[in-house]
Amino acid sequence: MEADIAVNSDNKETWSGGGAKPFGASYGKMMMWFFILSDALTFSGFLAAYGLTRFKFIDSWPIADEVFTHVPFFHGNYPMYYVAFMTFVLIVSSVTMVLAVDAGHKMQQKKVALYMFVTIIFGLIFVGSQAWEWKTFIKGSYGAVKTSDNKILQFVKADAKGNFHQVSLASFVDGHRVDGREQHSKKNGLWFEGEKTISQYSVTQVQQAFKNDPSLQIRSEQINLDTKQKVILSRDKSEEQLEKASQVVEGANLHVNEYGNPIFADFFFFITGFHGFHVFSGIVLNIIIFFNVILGTYEKRGHYEMVEKVGLYWHFVDLVWVFVFTFFYLV
Amino acid sequence: MGAHAESNKRIWIVLGILTVITAVEVGLGIAKPDSLHLNGFGTSWLNWIFIILTLAKAYYIAWAFMHLEGEKKWFRRSLVWTAVFLISYLLFIVLFEGGYLYETLAPLIKW
Repeated sequence: MEADIAVNSDNKETWSGGGAKPFGASYGKMMMWFFILSDALTFSGFLAAYGLTRFKFIDSWPIADEVFTHVPFFHGNYPMYYVAFMTFVLIVSSVTMVLAVDAGHKMQQKKVALYMFVTIIFGLIFVGSQAWEWKTFIKGSYGAVKTSDNKILQFVKADAKGNFHQVSLASFVDGHRVDGREQHSKKNGLWFEGEKTISQYSVTQVQQAFKNDPSLQIRSEQINLDTKQKVILSRDKSEEQLEKASQVVEGANLHVNEYGNPIFADFFFFITGFHGFHVFSGIVLNIIIFFNVILGTYEKRGHYEMVEKVGLYWHFVDLVWVFVFTFFYLV
Repeated sequence: MGAHAESNKRIWIVLGILTVITAVEVGLGIAKPDSLHLNGFGTSWLNWIFIILTLAKAYYIAWAFMHLEGEKKWFRRSLVWTAVFLISYLLFIVLFEGGYLYETLAPLIKW
């Protein structure tokens, strides 16, 4: 056998390149880098697809800082503050990871454990925030109406200065749903079929309420490319468009999206979800390594290179987020 | 020990840089000054600023945190050049296609 293969396979070290270190990088570290490279290309593919779709719908794409305006425990309009906080959390967790790797080089077991622990906590804060962000996005903020030709109509009112502000359905539609339509559940319908949550109001109810309040106008999905603002329809045009309403939309999911084009929501769920899954696996890896550190595995091994390798992965998660943050929330 | 104190100091400096860049990005993203938002070459100046600042952040994360600056030159290049070349190519071809789709399909949409 030995004649056929370059490295002796009887040697237990074979899988790690027989201890060979091309470019001074160990097998494990080099492979982590190549994995990161391939994963970076995957994420670029997703973001490029997002870019293509956005260019395709450049005159009607949702404006991100009108979509992500919520901060937990605060009411009001705070575009981007919360994502900025999340970005900061991830950067700080990268720093604690660097400190863990650094302590590993100095063979300070307790310090490595401490910094790993802090990194895990920051990671959990980040995924928790991401979950909250999803929940808020799915729930929606104002509610809108979808027309039979698949356009989203949002409701706005002008303030004293003539600036338009979006208003929620609940602020101008009175009371509860009046058309007698009920949520289909196992109790009142076919036991083997369920139904997604139906909207709070019926289409006719919204149309009626709109007619009763002349101060309301409709904001279309269309963007005026000169001002980069959504086009506000005149009262007449608004009524005309609202006639075509076919569905009341509250929140966002993979089929409808009260903020505009549903594919925006699809990309949001897919890209931030894929990233969130990376953060989650990073946390799992960190926890495993954390316990190894506590158990003294790397003290016995004589080096803390495993901490360095999961550290690379963890920094990569941060690196990807920097791009997701820019292309989803800023640009 | 001296070298370690040095590297720790660098980590805090990089944290400071990344925090300032993020703060600037968020500040500009909220303020969206018309002069930067509504003018530009290809895309708005604001977008160019965001993209350049993002690449700067990516540089600091990869070079300082992931310690690429300490790796052998050609190992670093095998990673960075591969990514930069393939991603630029993909973006070039895909974003142009997106623009073409818009030009072709937008006239068919009735608002």
